[in-house]
Amino acid sequence: MGASPEAIAACLPALRRYARALVRDPAAADDLVQDCVERALSRWRLWQPTGELRAWLFSIMHNLHVSAARTVAREGRPVPLEPAVEPASAPDQLDRIEAGQTLARLARLPEEQRSALLLVVLEDFSYAEVARIQGIPIGTVMSRLSRARAALRDEMAETAILRRVK
Amino acid sequence: MSRPGRSSPDDGIPAAEERLLRHVDGRLHPDEQAALAAMLAGDPELRRRVAADRAADTAIRVAFAPVLEEPVPERLRRVVRDGAARRRELARMAAAVLLALLVGSGGGWLAGSSRQDGAPAETLAEAAMAAHRTYAVEVRHPVEVAATEEAHLVQWLSRRLGARLVAPDLSRFGYALMGGRLLPASDGPAAQLMYEARDGRRLTLYLEAERGDGETAFRFVESGKLSGFWWREEGLGYALLAETDREHLLPIARGVWEAVQRGS
Repeated sequence: MGASPEAIAACLPALRRYARALVRDPAAADDLVQDCVERALSRWRLWQPTGELRAWLFSIMHNLHVSAARTVAREGRPVPLEPAVEPASAPDQLDRIEAGQTLARLARLPEEQRSALLLVVLEDFSYAEVARIQGIPIGTVMSRLSRARAALRDEMAETAILRRVK
Repeated sequence: MSRPGRSSPDDGIPAAEERLLRHVDGRLHPDEQAALAAMLAGDPELRRRVAADRAADTAIRVAFAPVLEEPVPERLRRVVRDGAARRRELARMAAAVLLALLVGSGGGWLAGSSRQDGAPAETLAEAAMAAHRTYAVEVRHPVEVAATEEAHLVQWLSRRLGARLVAPDLSRFGYALMGGRLLPASDGPAAQLMYEARDGRRLTLYLEAERGDGETAFRFVESGKLSGFWWREEGLGYALLAETDREHLLPIARGVWEAVQRGS
């Protein structure tokens, strides 16, 4: 698997998109991507080319984001509740309102749930790849996805539904 | 992955819930299609849930798709370009090292009066070998400062040599750091780090402050049962010695070189 500069540069748009969905502020998102690429390049020599470049880059960015989020939690910087991203034009008013609700709830998800969901929805990583990127068992990935989706649906009764579904 | 009807490994969620998630993501096993259809058939609530999940996914994708279309900021493209340039430089150095190993293998003898280079470069290998012979046989005092005080050891030796030392981790080659000592050398102090394998075999890394001799590529030396690789690089001269064969020692020498590049 060639880790050429061209291959890394080709991943930049997707990395920026994921960062923007995680961090919302465009400048901070690009800072995250820059840190990610710098770290990837410094580790390049040590990288065994058995894995896939894209998954490797995203796992570096995930680790950086988790560290940064921990710092924010410690220092108590308030996280904005309103998403900076406006829902793109939806066919009708109702769709636009629902999309706005989805994005607002996405922004309020716990970091690990949001991250897992975005890796699947935006990047179409397999559950196994998400498990590797987040450094957790696959069962935990499924559990995070389940809770994330339930929160986006804003279902207070999701546990009742789960009990019903056998 | 999970068998149809069974929970995920690590028991994350019930099998039926996983079936729904996979269906939403278009990743359902063909074996599970029938079970899913049965679940959905009698349950409009579930069908509504699946539709809501898919609508949410669409909203997310649509919201962030514009970022993909944005031109990548110059500062990010520059980081990749600069990083690539640095990597090419390192690759060139690594290739030079490899080439010197191939070229130098025939001429790397250091025995008696057959000298290849000017005197100063030879002295590094000779001094390292003398130090190895002196201390590697020591049972009671092989080192002066033990590895239990590694941070202090590295700091102390770095200060005396006037260059930033690294005590490479060679555990993946089966060698553990025992410790190190300071040594007199013709142009100022030198340092010796000693490692030991489980079978008791000892390996030393001799370090000398740079004397303005510039860089050399890897050189192989052999004297009696002792063999070693030595080289010079910015700030320091290095000699890795052990009573072992060249094939065994070469990957360790590369490991030392890489650790020095990393600064760890």
